[in-house]
Amino acid sequence: MFWNKEMETLRGRDLEELQLKRLKWTISQAEKVPFFQNKLRAEGLSADDIHTPDDIRKLPFTYKTDLREGYPFGFFAVPRRDIVRIHTTSGTTGKPTVVGYTRNDLAAWADLIARNLTMVGLTPEDTFQNAVNYGLFTGGLGFHYGAELVGMMVIPSATGNTKRQIEMINDFGVTSIHCTPGYALHITEVVEQMGTSLPSLRIGVFGAEAWSETMRQELESRLSIRAYDSYGMSEMFGPGVAFECTEQNGLHIWEDCFLSEIIDPKTGENLGPGEKGELVITSLSKEAMPLLRYRTGDITMILEDDCPCGRGRRIARIMGRSDDMLVIRGINVFPSQIEHLLLGIPEVGDQYMVYVDRKNHLDEMTIDVEMNRQTFSGELDGLVGIQTMISRKLHDALSLRTTVRLVEPGSLPRFEGKAKRVVDRRGDL
Amino acid sequence: MQGEYIIKQISIFSENKPGRLAAIAEALEKSHVNIFAFSIAEANSFGVVRALVDKPDDARSVLEKLGFAVQFTDVIAVRMKDEPGGLHAVAQILGDAGINIEYAYAYSGKEAAVLILRVSQAGEAISKIQAAGGSLLRESDLG
Repeated sequence: MFWNKEMETLRGRDLEELQLKRLKWTISQAEKVPFFQNKLRAEGLSADDIHTPDDIRKLPFTYKTDLREGYPFGFFAVPRRDIVRIHTTSGTTGKPTVVGYTRNDLAAWADLIARNLTMVGLTPEDTFQNAVNYGLFTGGLGFHYGAELVGMMVIPSATGNTKRQIEMINDFGVTSIHCTPGYALHITEVVEQMGTSLPSLRIGVFGAEAWSETMRQELESRLSIRAYDSYGMSEMFGPGVAFECTEQNGLHIWEDCFLSEIIDPKTGENLGPGEKGELVITSLSKEAMPLLRYRTGDITMILEDDCPCGRGRRIARIMGRSDDMLVIRGINVFPSQIEHLLLGIPEVGDQYMVYVDRKNHLDEMTIDVEMNRQTFSGELDGLVGIQTMISRKLHDALSLRTTVRLVEPGSLPRFEGKAKRVVDRRGDL
Repeated sequence: MQGEYIIKQISIFSENKPGRLAAIAEALEKSHVNIFAFSIAEANSFGVVRALVDKPDDARSVLEKLGFAVQFTDVIAVRMKDEPGGLHAVAQILGDAGINIEYAYAYSGKEAAVLILRVSQAGEAISKIQAAGGSLLRESDLG
């Protein structure tokens, strides 16, 4: 099933012409942003230098750290009055990255989500439970409006209270659920513990964190559903950038809206189909916040053969990160954010280690930090207070619950050269 | 003088894992520090080892050299009768005076049992105990 057959199946010359036209428009849109204006001027480049979509390679990259510098509204290419919504995503230090949307952006985003949901067989006959955070995280409102556009009955259940989520699925006859894969497994376990089942449920849409084929098999067999991978990032609207079709063999990246490249993250050189590297995306239709050659940090490759479904380019499921970003319960966390925060707390030293585990299928982050001998009061209460205070500050900054353990001064490893402060102990499942 | 009854307790931060107490005890042994009394207070992943020793300054410097975070804490020590009701008599004085005990531990000394107390207002506790006929120890009386 297609939502927008013309755009979903656009190929060859027609696609190239559309991409070229939209790329030139995007560059002129980007020139309204001082950051891009300066960069393009420095390289002596303008939209006139672009003759084919491949000419994108002439342009410099844009990094997540660049977006941080623009906090809060420095990357908006339209007047403030044309922005109708913002979302935020965690940045590499204390400040988040703000992304903005015009009315057209929101419509385009909802259209992409509608394509994705229709592609896996969802129709107005379906009931859709959106079990993700509804706040500044793009996954909530993004899927909400796309699912409504399809015409499904949408239940904005958000997160938490798993038993209530399960009750709603059964009471409302929910046929499709969207959540993080980790939360889906948690729901599965609670369903099994309750000795119940979810007979109405047939499709699961899972995203915001990387998950494996083993996990897919687990979810599909235990919930008797088909499970689909959803990919996106706030910088490119949010979820909906690429999505699996019913073949479950790679994610279709919407080529009328996103120009994708795979590069060697070290050299920046372009790689061909079948070669693993970092995904770089240029937006082709974003009005409020056009982005040129945005380094996603996600490692994947372009799949070589054509998909039987008739749609265009596919990327492989995300294989990892080219930087040290962690995705914990769907939330992006950079170790530098933690470092930044700890440096502002005199009661602890600047040495720390981050451990990530999966307990009951949910990600848990533990931070070991050295206490500071100068500020040691000798009392236990003070130490417990420091631990609680750090946990609270981390929660404020990352929206994540973390366990903080104070350790003895000098007990954490010191690194020469590149520090390895993150130990990710999550396995495949 | 109330000040003479204030005793320096040594408080050592320690992670809650095997071998830490042994490391502290070994350091004290090697520097010939005698421990009169000690206790451990713990909170999930760490704790504070509290000790009364004969040479607090030596103990502090050797432990700090090993990397431990160490602090002195003011406590008071009260003689108790080493018989039923001994603790009750001392605790009653403080309770009647409205003085809260933050923590306490005890040891059986040569002449009498000794109760070590950490209270918020040490000065007031000393005068109340003395007024009620209680007997306090000086640092030199320990052991």
